[in-house]
Amino acid sequence: MSLNDLGLIIGISLMYSAPLMYTALGGVMSENSGVVNIGLEGMMTIGAFVGTTVAYYSGNPWLGFLMGGLSGGVLALLHAIASVSFAADQIVSGIAINFLGPGLALFLSRVFFDGATMTAPIPLDRKMPRPFNYLFTKGSFLDLIFNQYATVYIAFLLVLVVWFILYKTKIGLRIRAVGEHPKAADTLGINVFKVKYLAVILSGVFAGFGGASMSIAVVSNFRATLISGQGFIALAAMIFGKWTPQGSMWACLLFGAAQGIVVYLGGTDVKVSSQILEMIPYVLTLIILVSFVGKATGPAANGIPYEKNEA
Amino acid sequence: MNNVDLETKVIEMKGITKKFGDFVANDSIDLTVHKGEIHALLGENGAGKTTLMNVLYGLYMPTEGNIFIKGDKVEVTSPNVAIEKGIGMVHQHFMLIDTFTVVENIILGMETTIKKGSWDTKCIDIERATKEVEKLSKKYSLHVDPKAKIQDISVGMQQRVEILKALYRGADILILDEPTAVLTPQEVEELIQIIKNLTKQGKTIIIITHKLKEIKQAADYCTIIRRGKKINTVKVSNVTEENLAEMMVGRQVSFAVDKKDIEKGEVVLNIDNIIIKDNRKLNAVNGLSLKVHRGEILGIAGVDGNGQSEFLEGITGLRPIESGKVVLNGENIVNTSPRHIMKKGMCNIPEDRQKRGLILDFSIAENMILEIYDKEPFSKNGRLNHKNIEEHARKLIGKFDVRPQNEKQAVGALSGGNQQKVIIAREVTNDPDVLIAAQPTRGLDVGAIEFVHKYLVEQRDNGKAVLLISFELDEILNLSDRIAVIYNGKIVDILDRKDANEKKLGYLMAGGGVENGRKEA
Amino acid sequence: MEGKRLKFTIISVFVGLLVGAFILLAVGFNPLEAYGVMIRGILGKPKYISWTIIQSTPLILTGISVAFAFRTGLFNIGAEGQFIIGALVATLVGYFWNLPPILHAIVAMLMACLAAAIWAGLAGILKSKFGVNEVITTIMLNWIALYLSNAVVFWDQFKRPNSEASYNILESASIRFPKTLRSISDFFRAPVNWGFIIAILVAILIRHILKNTTLGYQLRAVGFNSDAAEYGGIDVKRNIVISMAIAGALSGLAGAVHVLGVTEEVAVLAAMEGNGFDGIAVSLIAGNNAIGCIFAGLLFGALKYGGYKIQPAMGAPSEIISIVIGTIVFFISMPKLIEMLTTLRAKRKRGGEVESK
Repeated sequence: MSLNDLGLIIGISLMYSAPLMYTALGGVMSENSGVVNIGLEGMMTIGAFVGTTVAYYSGNPWLGFLMGGLSGGVLALLHAIASVSFAADQIVSGIAINFLGPGLALFLSRVFFDGATMTAPIPLDRKMPRPFNYLFTKGSFLDLIFNQYATVYIAFLLVLVVWFILYKTKIGLRIRAVGEHPKAADTLGINVFKVKYLAVILSGVFAGFGGASMSIAVVSNFRATLISGQGFIALAAMIFGKWTPQGSMWACLLFGAAQGIVVYLGGTDVKVSSQILEMIPYVLTLIILVSFVGKATGPAANGIPYEKNEA
Repeated sequence: MNNVDLETKVIEMKGITKKFGDFVANDSIDLTVHKGEIHALLGENGAGKTTLMNVLYGLYMPTEGNIFIKGDKVEVTSPNVAIEKGIGMVHQHFMLIDTFTVVENIILGMETTIKKGSWDTKCIDIERATKEVEKLSKKYSLHVDPKAKIQDISVGMQQRVEILKALYRGADILILDEPTAVLTPQEVEELIQIIKNLTKQGKTIIIITHKLKEIKQAADYCTIIRRGKKINTVKVSNVTEENLAEMMVGRQVSFAVDKKDIEKGEVVLNIDNIIIKDNRKLNAVNGLSLKVHRGEILGIAGVDGNGQSEFLEGITGLRPIESGKVVLNGENIVNTSPRHIMKKGMCNIPEDRQKRGLILDFSIAENMILEIYDKEPFSKNGRLNHKNIEEHARKLIGKFDVRPQNEKQAVGALSGGNQQKVIIAREVTNDPDVLIAAQPTRGLDVGAIEFVHKYLVEQRDNGKAVLLISFELDEILNLSDRIAVIYNGKIVDILDRKDANEKKLGYLMAGGGVENGRKEA
Repeated sequence: MEGKRLKFTIISVFVGLLVGAFILLAVGFNPLEAYGVMIRGILGKPKYISWTIIQSTPLILTGISVAFAFRTGLFNIGAEGQFIIGALVATLVGYFWNLPPILHAIVAMLMACLAAAIWAGLAGILKSKFGVNEVITTIMLNWIALYLSNAVVFWDQFKRPNSEASYNILESASIRFPKTLRSISDFFRAPVNWGFIIAILVAILIRHILKNTTLGYQLRAVGFNSDAAEYGGIDVKRNIVISMAIAGALSGLAGAVHVLGVTEEVAVLAAMEGNGFDGIAVSLIAGNNAIGCIFAGLLFGALKYGGYKIQPAMGAPSEIISIVIGTIVFFISMPKLIEMLTTLRAKRKRGGEVESK
């Protein structure tokens, strides 16, 4: 294995990590405010569809990216209405979101693209740009690592931003307070519902970004199997990362790396069934969960609907 | 009394009624509080004291009635309004976030932010906030460690954090809900000093309590509430404890419990030098030894958090015991199963009845067989016999007067007292040699308390052993034949009832006896 | 209580269909026409009815699987993977083993149940021994099951040449009704099989276990309040494993029934087929009630089967069904909203009578 092979693996890993990072950060937002968000998968799917569709019609990947986030936010608003305002079982309403997201995405895909469950591909020059495209010699080690789509860099930036918001700002303190002990926050005059709405909607926006970063950067269109399960993987990464942005980032990088190795080995002569290779990240996750995480517990009031005490 | 300004009414509540569905929690209550006064709200559990204060603090909206604060009519629609009007509340269950620091808890909702000129960055200025908290804690002599996390500090300090939280918001009227429930007698003295101090600085205090002695010690005025109705407001110096008690329950009460004199029997439970870890892997029970005899009620006095919960879970088989022996009826039961320990003759009225004791979604009948569902006649070959199960429940419901008298009723719909009756019925039916009663009367009204006490004494009179664990010193003193004091996971001393009094126990509970070494049981 | 829940469910289903209609209308399709096509597609011919039942059968079983785990306080999001394992093992046994008819089918189903029980039991063990949340482990196990199944299908001895699927099961392992019945009625012109009857029997059995046995008592006690169950001397950890294993067996049976009765083979899976995820919706619509799962499964199966038909008939996207189902589940998650709406209506009827809050 040469240096360039290593660069290739790292590069692919980073590319595949980014969509997971956005989505996991969404999970961090929502669950720190005490709302379990199993609907990330659905929000990611709608983001992927809307992102690439807007990018295709407008010719502007950035607009697509933003609208992808927005569409995830709209779906998250539904989750917030159910779980915050109407004290829904958050798992159940999350499941509903996971039917609605892909359902809407495929439905609209058929409407916009002539009955096809696959959107038309964005032309290569209209995909998410690569900011460091000509910085390094083509195909060199550094080029393989750093010649990434802008969305990859934004993902890392977002980790920093979410960390800063959660641990350094007023609103972050309030989000965490609401997730730990909503009643205490309520007695101090904090509007628990408002804070939760904000966090849940942001989580959808981030998950939407995650989906869009898949469909306008990693690939250039949306199809039925594009997201299939990545939202759940991001959820696992968030738990593995103990509900913190930085921890989730490392977990996502690990999943990305597993993916990177699979893609790399697929291109070599190594005689391993690709099915077995695909399995590795999931087996690895199980092993890691068992050996390192164990009884990971999130925010104290995570998943418990807060009802303003009538009796 | 010297700080009271009778000319200035800071709080006037007029005709406050609060209904929850059909239940009337407050029925047209009037309350007047003057500046600088310590005003006690007295009533039994469930009388409606806390509801009334939650209305004042804006956590509930009153169904009817008006509130005047410092002369202005105010619609207290949320705690924000109350806070703005200078009201602060310290809840019985502290409203603190365990994983946050003292400073973070105090500033939450009124965060000090970094400002760059006229631009508010919305970022927390933790250093300035820490300084502000330190200044405040000095001013009112409320000592706290600003950088410590709540989960690492004592209950007493947590209470001071709560008071500081209110003062930080500029409160000059403080509501304290059952503030002494979790404190040692010495800490109670300290608290009374603190609030007297606060009135000197012009603050007004409302204390919700059902402890008569503390009212006599601290309060200027006392308003008595019974079943949602106001009974009277009295000047405390004009009444006796007995007067207050009578007004609280509406009849003459004697808190003394009738007990026969009986001989102490042989040792039935011998606990020898056990160590039990808590969830953080620290030794919560640290070399505890205790012998319990037949025909006695052995009370364990102590402040919450000295290893009582871990001790209970350990000896009932719910938590591993690291080392030491627990010999029950001649057999070492350390780290056997809860089922085995029950079979060997030890049963348990658990500390938290809703968490451990009952399955709220199950019917009364289903709860009654929780420990014996797999035995005949309730089941055979893995099949439940619903007829026998229901008949068993009907018998116990009659005997223990559980209401409503319907075995199919879900337990979650019963009152606290009736839930406790279900547990006691179930445990006493097992005819245990040792009955462990942990906080058996917590949250119950006077009638239910008397019922529970009667059954504990009956067990003792029948030659069984009762191990009573309670944070209510009065309960320990009223029921026990001997009193063991637990401190820091150890029994620091064991006193005969006749040698024990509140002062002595309080001293021991606060760790006062530790230097003298541990005495043998 | 039960009556109230049924009312909420019916209202939710109605709202779901209504939302579906609005969305169809918004993109220019006539919802009445679409639902008409669906209803004709479900009930129009005896053959359609039998297809609807065939489609519903695995959903009923995975629904019961999820419902059973829910009763013990566990969220079996892994029904999908257990289904895959069940289908795979049933096909392996059905193809490689040589047994007399009937017995062969029974053995194939039992082996599928056993394999899926172990598969799901693994998640139970990880939860009870290591405290790892079953939601995460079963999600992972779903993907492992999918790739494992694919890897086995790609095995030379098993894969039908020039196809993306395994060999067919032997005739002796089939649970289809005999072909001779086809001449009797159009109803039998679909792969009608014993699966539906098996599903109904299983629903009754599960209800019996939960209600009338000590095992059911233990499982429900653990589900409602594991702390109190532990205090009462019930082995909580053991019951978690048992519950997951039984739930797994049920999903595995769903996979087996689907293979032995309908597909007769397993194909390479590009993505999850959704039999298990749909089971979650079935269970939720049924209020986690085993008998309710029969009706919820039929509803879901009918929507799915009828929904496919609006695509060719009028070009309307059949994914409208996912939206309808999602909306139903969404409203079922909010009994508080429906309660508020119904009391509001009742209040209006009483003539604006003031009610205390």
